[in-house]
Amino acid sequence: MTEKIITANWGNPEVFGIGGYRANGGYEGLRLALERSPAEVIETVKASGLRGRGGAGFPTGVKMSFVPQDTGKPTYAVCNFDESEPGTFKDRELIEREPHQFLEGMAIAAYAINSHEAYIYCRGEFLHPGQVLQRAIAEAYEAGIFGENVLGTGYELNVVLHRGAGAYICGEETALLSSLEGYRGQPRLRPPFPAVEGLYGCPTLINNVETLCSVPHILRNGPEWFAAIGPEKSPGTKIFSVSGKVERPGNYEVPMGTPLRVLLDEHAGGILGGRRLKAWTPGGSSTPMLTDEHLDVALDFESVAAAGSLLGTGAIIVMDETDCIVGATRRLLRFYAHESCGKCTPCREGTWWVSRVLDRIENGYGRPEDLPLLDDLGENILFRAFCALADGAVSPIQSSLRYFRDEYEAHIEERRCPITGTGPGALVSIGVEHDVSETVEPEVTT
Amino acid sequence: MGVLGPELRATAKEITRRYPEGRERSAIMPLLYLAQSVQGRVTEEGLREVGEILGITTAEVEAVASFYTMIRLRPTGRHVVSVCTNLSCALRGAGDVYEAAHRAAGISHGGEVSEDGLLTIHEEECLGACDAAPVVQIDFANHDRVSPERMTELIEALRRGQVPRPSRGEAPQDFRHASLILAGLEDVPTRGGAQGPDPEREAAG
Repeated sequence: MTEKIITANWGNPEVFGIGGYRANGGYEGLRLALERSPAEVIETVKASGLRGRGGAGFPTGVKMSFVPQDTGKPTYAVCNFDESEPGTFKDRELIEREPHQFLEGMAIAAYAINSHEAYIYCRGEFLHPGQVLQRAIAEAYEAGIFGENVLGTGYELNVVLHRGAGAYICGEETALLSSLEGYRGQPRLRPPFPAVEGLYGCPTLINNVETLCSVPHILRNGPEWFAAIGPEKSPGTKIFSVSGKVERPGNYEVPMGTPLRVLLDEHAGGILGGRRLKAWTPGGSSTPMLTDEHLDVALDFESVAAAGSLLGTGAIIVMDETDCIVGATRRLLRFYAHESCGKCTPCREGTWWVSRVLDRIENGYGRPEDLPLLDDLGENILFRAFCALADGAVSPIQSSLRYFRDEYEAHIEERRCPITGTGPGALVSIGVEHDVSETVEPEVTT
Repeated sequence: MGVLGPELRATAKEITRRYPEGRERSAIMPLLYLAQSVQGRVTEEGLREVGEILGITTAEVEAVASFYTMIRLRPTGRHVVSVCTNLSCALRGAGDVYEAAHRAAGISHGGEVSEDGLLTIHEEECLGACDAAPVVQIDFANHDRVSPERMTELIEALRRGQVPRPSRGEAPQDFRHASLILAGLEDVPTRGGAQGPDPEREAAG
């Protein structure tokens, strides 16, 4: 089965504007939702088995049902369009090609929780996608889809586009709320969960763009139709963002449970230059990397977890035999050190120290005791911080050490990177008499 | 005098009305972008005025502004060139593109602004467009699959006063104009080479 749902119209530029979108059945899902009670809409989404596509995979309908309706406070629908997980680029393309599909899903989700205010947190660097959204929102207001009287039903929904300003951490839902409220984007302790105490202390539903894009189709085609696609526990299709060393990088929508081999060979054109797969991430840089032993792993939440990693956002970064794993891990840890919000010591200090150690190993100044040190640092960061950023930083450390420890050891023994050849050990290999044990590690500046 | 003249103060008030009553603080980011669109970065004066509008202290505004990389508190070039060097782009040669950007701009590593004040080179984290690696943004407009040679051409075009056409969407005229768009004011007339609010005029107002 190769049915596409949320990318089915990507070949049709007409659906970009509201006229073309409606001509193709757009906003029918919202109309159907408004004919039912909010509780019935939640039941429909629950029955579909849809799980969040932002990384955690929590059942979307259940999340909606967690938002209390009897607190006397307003409820808010917030969309997380802060797509920043390295390797992930699906939400951006969903918005750039068919913004109304997303806006329709968001309106349905807002209606399901009786919300009259929806906020879209758009990553600041997404200048153009943000403009696309702003114009699409204006179109929807003009067409009577947003505003005081949604599709003539008397339901009111106002939508605000809020732009971020460059901070990966704001993709974490509680940090996103802090940022949206006008503070530094730092996570908050849960509980209370945002469903109960979210934006401005009010009940709040937070969803990812891709998740919301599936919702109109579930309303239109029925939950049974959606639940029948892919594996029972991870139904539906999923967009996989494939990047790195493949012939055709891009977003590919396939049924959940499609094996990596099929995705790589039939969609992404195979490994670049016909080389051999060395390592890959199933769901962005925060998910433990896997190897060519895992080519037949089915890409769904359960199967990837059973293989020792996480489906995450479905961002598959591919490395081949010519890529240095220590170098890749080092680059990712520099990212986490830069993006740590600084709130929790294990994350703030730990990612910085790991970066320093990886710098020296990659540059040929590693010491044998560095590997147990990295093991130890990983263990002291994992599960010791408020939010998942810290745990995400540990993924590349631990998984690279698990599968490529010999490559780390080669860096230390040869005193150079065996792939790029750089490091003091390189002098020995070309016959220069030089006692590298006396070489002083250069001062690292950050 | 001041960063935000009477007209932009009125705009700022409008922006705060995007958020519920009593929650105006949510407008801090668009207001910082608004101040940035006038001065090309956010100065102490800009921080103070944003605080004034929101009824919070300059220190509170600075605490927020300093958290976010897109709010520039240090001197900044007229154009900000961001080169992604995160993993997907690095695997496709972003390291060489980053070097080429520094060479073409005549900026050494650690330096922030070219001597003529035209360019800031920024090492960027993942820009969410890895299918087009290596990715470069000029004033937040995307350029796909940039080679070191192309990077040099892009910077030479900026030197000639041309704004290169991005891979998707329209190019802002410069960093100030991009900041204006980020404040949510893209409907402000920007065609025909307009640069967003004129700092001279605003200062006079």
